[in-house]
Amino acid sequence: MINVALPKGRLGEKVYKLFAAAGYECPELLEDSRKLIFENAEKGIRYFWVKPSDVSIYVERGAADMGVAGKDILLEYEPEVYEMLDLGFGKCRMAVAGYKDFYDDGSRTLRVATKFTNITKNYYASKGREIDIIKLNGSIELAPILSLSDVIVDIVETGTTLKENNLDVLETVVPISARLIVNKASYTFKTAAISEIVRQIKEQVTQND
Amino acid sequence: MNIAQAYLKPEEKAVFLLRSLYRSFGYLPYKMSKFEEYDLYMRHKEFLKSDRIITFNDADGKLMALKPDVTLSIVKNGENQPGGKQKVCYNENVYRVSPSTHQFREILQTGLECIGDVDLYDLYEVLDLAVKSLAMLSEDFILSVSHVGILTGLFEAWQVPGKAQAGLVKCISEKNIHEMGPICDEFGLSDRAREGMMLLPALDGELLPTLKALENHLEGEMAKAAWDELYALANLFRGSEYENKIRLNLSLVDDMKYYNGLVFKGYLAGIWESVLSGGRYDTLPQHMGRKAGAVGFAVYMDLLENLPGRERESDVDVLLLYPQGAEPAVVAGKVRELQAEGKTVSAQKIIPEKLRYKTLCCLEGEEKA
Repeated sequence: MINVALPKGRLGEKVYKLFAAAGYECPELLEDSRKLIFENAEKGIRYFWVKPSDVSIYVERGAADMGVAGKDILLEYEPEVYEMLDLGFGKCRMAVAGYKDFYDDGSRTLRVATKFTNITKNYYASKGREIDIIKLNGSIELAPILSLSDVIVDIVETGTTLKENNLDVLETVVPISARLIVNKASYTFKTAAISEIVRQIKEQVTQND
Repeated sequence: MNIAQAYLKPEEKAVFLLRSLYRSFGYLPYKMSKFEEYDLYMRHKEFLKSDRIITFNDADGKLMALKPDVTLSIVKNGENQPGGKQKVCYNENVYRVSPSTHQFREILQTGLECIGDVDLYDLYEVLDLAVKSLAMLSEDFILSVSHVGILTGLFEAWQVPGKAQAGLVKCISEKNIHEMGPICDEFGLSDRAREGMMLLPALDGELLPTLKALENHLEGEMAKAAWDELYALANLFRGSEYENKIRLNLSLVDDMKYYNGLVFKGYLAGIWESVLSGGRYDTLPQHMGRKAGAVGFAVYMDLLENLPGRERESDVDVLLLYPQGAEPAVVAGKVRELQAEGKTVSAQKIIPEKLRYKTLCCLEGEEKA
């Protein structure tokens, strides 16, 4: 039996449709019920919904053999997992944003507000820039407006929220999309079953491209 | 001292079993102090898994550290003997930061090291002991092996620039083929290098057939020599009862700074990460001024707590209830009688809320199931 952690929400539903199209369907998953775990014994697959940011934890700790997580989560928490496929959807980017005319002259410590402290730390370390990270949990765009920070590092999809607040993308840190991840020990013991699922999903992704 | 095996936890049993296994191959027990001078770790910090160490001042003001690693201490204290080998085994606590909680943890490690004039037999012996260690811990296990020289040699043959190597190693360790393309493009790698590189993460399977599959993609002397060594080891396991428990996994490249040859990780079914890790690490003794090679491994005993099937159905076999004012000699006599039947007994005056027992025995009454 292969356990799959799906991220709750629209992304997770899209992921399930991909699995179903690849031959691993479990129709009761989309029914309105209070069940937590959904199983198709014939196909040897079991699904469960978890909070998107928790998928990598379920997979790293082996509670799920595989799952789908955003690249942002993988870069932020650096879980010990195999990242076997880029599913090509859920596309956005991690970006540095601020006032369009913001100029970083490098003369003082750059104040950066973000939810993604690890990504931010690694990005500026690679540039050798000294920063003061201000960890926020939401409404990140407010930080430069109220002078809490000079810039922010956050996920940008369309950029509409930024524009509505007179902010703009200043630099792209890394492109983001949904990734299929696999627990290393699970892969070692269930190589054939997991490889077959990955192969089928890859076929679907290629067809959708 | 006669210790009833049934009362030992899996990790306690494992300590005894593994020590007797290593002793039977002539690995001598090595006992070390809990502390080392902090300076040792600072001078060789590139060989530590993390540079976060618990430090304190000794009575004479010297800065000391709680050991984050065992191997450094063993290599430091060994003596060179041309042609000879130091074979030691240990059972020690180390203090490291957990990658998931970012807090310090005490980790019990059992392992062995072979330091000196290491040859193919030593590599086989250590690999064999790693397999036997896993077999002692669980029937369902797998030892994944690889050789650092294969990737290092292929990088050299494909002329992969140093700056591209770190990103490619990370991709290979994650079996992440989709991010290799952009790195190959950025550094202008040849099509040959690109195609060969993308094959590596998928090479994960039974040792001999997978080595055969790799053979056609080898380039350069170094990669071929590494392959020859792995192939010779694979042949030594041919026909052994554990042959199908050893797999080649070319994604075992995350410790390339530490290991320089054979590298392996052991997994037990039901445990989410590797419980055994080891390989050949000649660069450490050489960095410490010893003209020696080295190979060894450690078993992370704390992970054995997670082995399936350790849950007990009861805490004791018999709950012996005796009334207030009962004669102590009578209670002691009944306890001895039950123990003589091979049962564990908890003598109590009332039924404790959280004690799980198989049988209730009232001293002045009938026995009830």
